[in-house]
Amino acid sequence: MSVVLSIQGLTKAYKPGVPVLKGIDLDFDERGLTAIIGSSGTGKSTLVRIINRLVDPGDGTIVFKGEDLSRIHGRQLRELRRRIGMVFQEYNLVERLSVMENLLCGRLGYLSPLKAWLRRFPQEDIEHAYQLLDVIGLSNFANQRADSLSGGQRQRVGIARALMQRPELLLADEPTSSLDPKTSVEIMELLKSQGEDNKIPVLVNMHDVELAKRFADRIVGMTGGRVVFDGLPSRLTDDHLKLIYGGEGWLQ
Amino acid sequence: MVSHELTATPLMSRVWQRHTLAQKLSRLSLWLLIGVAVLLSLSSISVIWEFLWDAPEQMADMGSRMWPLDFPYYPATVHAALLETFHIATLGTLFSMVLALPLAILAAHNITPHAGLNLFAKTMLVASRSVNSLVWALLFVAVFGPGPLAGTVAIACRSVGFVGKLLGEALEEVPRGSIEALKAAGATQGSQILYGYWPAVKPAFWSIMLLRWDINVRESSVLGLVGAGGLGMAMNAAIDLFQWDRVAVILLTIFAVVVIGEVVITYFRRKLI
Amino acid sequence: MSSASIPAARPFESSLGAKLLALFILAYACYALGQLDFSWPRFVKGIDNGARFLDRMFPPSFKNWDQLLTGFIESMQIAVLATFFGVLISLPIAILGARNLMPSWATWPARLIVTLCRAFNPVIVAIIFIKAVGFGALAGVLALVMGSIGFVGKLFMEAIEEISMKQIEAIRATGAPFASVVAFGVLPQVMGRLVGFCTYQLDANLRNSTMVGIVGAGGIGGTLFAAFQRFEYDFVLAILITIIAVVLLGELLANYVKRIFNGES
Repeated sequence: MSVVLSIQGLTKAYKPGVPVLKGIDLDFDERGLTAIIGSSGTGKSTLVRIINRLVDPGDGTIVFKGEDLSRIHGRQLRELRRRIGMVFQEYNLVERLSVMENLLCGRLGYLSPLKAWLRRFPQEDIEHAYQLLDVIGLSNFANQRADSLSGGQRQRVGIARALMQRPELLLADEPTSSLDPKTSVEIMELLKSQGEDNKIPVLVNMHDVELAKRFADRIVGMTGGRVVFDGLPSRLTDDHLKLIYGGEGWLQ
Repeated sequence: MVSHELTATPLMSRVWQRHTLAQKLSRLSLWLLIGVAVLLSLSSISVIWEFLWDAPEQMADMGSRMWPLDFPYYPATVHAALLETFHIATLGTLFSMVLALPLAILAAHNITPHAGLNLFAKTMLVASRSVNSLVWALLFVAVFGPGPLAGTVAIACRSVGFVGKLLGEALEEVPRGSIEALKAAGATQGSQILYGYWPAVKPAFWSIMLLRWDINVRESSVLGLVGAGGLGMAMNAAIDLFQWDRVAVILLTIFAVVVIGEVVITYFRRKLI
Repeated sequence: MSSASIPAARPFESSLGAKLLALFILAYACYALGQLDFSWPRFVKGIDNGARFLDRMFPPSFKNWDQLLTGFIESMQIAVLATFFGVLISLPIAILGARNLMPSWATWPARLIVTLCRAFNPVIVAIIFIKAVGFGALAGVLALVMGSIGFVGKLFMEAIEEISMKQIEAIRATGAPFASVVAFGVLPQVMGRLVGFCTYQLDANLRNSTMVGIVGAGGIGGTLFAAFQRFEYDFVLAILITIIAVVLLGELLANYVKRIFNGES
């Protein structure tokens, strides 16, 4: 399989002298769900956000389908972002818009601003949105306002919005951290199946090890801004977990 | 819900509507109303278009006459006028405070449970607010003759409505629990107000007074245009004589006062809250 | 505050600082009264004058109702146009001035414009515009447009600075151009408050249009001033009564419009 995303020597420091990422080297293939695990503050969220440049990288290169995206800006950056879908921990839906409008937000990168202001979306996009609503089981919620939904429903809308972009890569930043265990499993199932159906790689950043082991094809463990484990879930041992999370009291 | 999902409409025929028909109609009629109002106003308002196209030139001309500023005019006249404006604003605010307190108490239905008195007080407050300070000044110049006395009374009359309304609303929002405790302890109406209501509205009261004082400093700078003293009188004189370099000095003074006022108010508000 | 412990011990005693402040204000009031040359005889004479004045005001005369109507319609037109164009110009300025959306090279000029518009009373601005475009309603509209930019622009800017940036981030992450981010991320979050500002501003402009008329910028203020100069005090009272009635009506209408929008969106 060919490499879709290649990160080499990536560093990042929000404050000079306090690096959050200390040289990350990772390659991602064109299939499969990768879970990035680690305790909070180890830079996994920063890593995911750097890929679609919500956070600017320090040194290093990030090559996405043959294009170095670490230094692009303006139109080039927008064109890159619309090829990468993103799912957020707190869903980040526009609360006062309807579910349908939130889904259509995923197409804004392809639509001229004038048409966006007039809400003139191509019929094709609207049909795609209805199909996705069927997929996430919210067919009857199209005209409900986003702030009337439950957490799990909101996150499904968040995923559908990302899928509306017809992305070539799906990023998810702690998508289950604000949800109850049962809903978390449903969200992970949705991310996994949509990655497979659309034949795109999925990067999920999470701290729930069991959930990661259950759904991931590959696990990347991070601590202190470095990658300390990279491999199949079955190869992840308690020793690795001690290294990633530190201490062992939490392991039963 | 479930049965509905089973009979979901076929995929290709679904059309998305952002609003329901009723919503669409009410929105459309509102926009239409705004459009018609603007167009009607535009078409019938008496605008002499030549004057409008000429405006930039006139403004440039005025600007060139303003330069260089006549700074010696400041110590000669403007400074005294500025002090007068300051006194008008401050005294007017103080007087309005004295007048607004009883009216606010009468207007608050939880303190004065008498609909007639409430209505009377509220009407007085609305009348005070609806008439502009410049119009009030016009009235009092006719009564007291030109000068700062008319300006001060005008500022006070305009401010009563503002302070009284906001203070009355603050009084009505005082939670009943603490008042009932005082009542149960046998407190008179007077001590209920002093020990129950007053501590509850004190921060709001001072912040309302500060806000009004800020507004009054700005407003009193123009009252002189109708002869009620302060900076406006100096400005009126300068405009009548086409002394634009002096007008510019006065404008600069007003701007400085507003900026300083904003800084002072921000400081006090931070101390209050 | 350092004095917080004292009121806790004696809840109903005002602190020393408050007493000093009250004393200072009283002393200042006496000093200022002296400076402004207020005297009791003058005040009494004024009250005397006022009684005669009131006597000539009553009963209000609606004899010249056609003048009243013309003046009012013009005031209304001034208020509508000033609000419309004022809000229209405020929107881009507020977006440019919002520090959470724009870099500082855009925010400080926008903020300077808003501060300038706010600093000067509409009457002063009207006088300047009268010199530029002549007497009449146009000067009034222009002056009130500036006032509206100062008011709506400032409040709208503050409203935008309070929005949730998470929602903006999500829209940005889809690769949307800036104008679309505004349409789908910013406006939905502030629309309700904007409607409130607009109805308030229309109300304020109607009040202020009576004011700018006094210096010659059209509207009912001009009619009022003319009546004053002709000593037709009964007509003055009629105009004042009408103004109060219309302002009251406007307040009721504004409440009604607010309810329509809040119920809807």
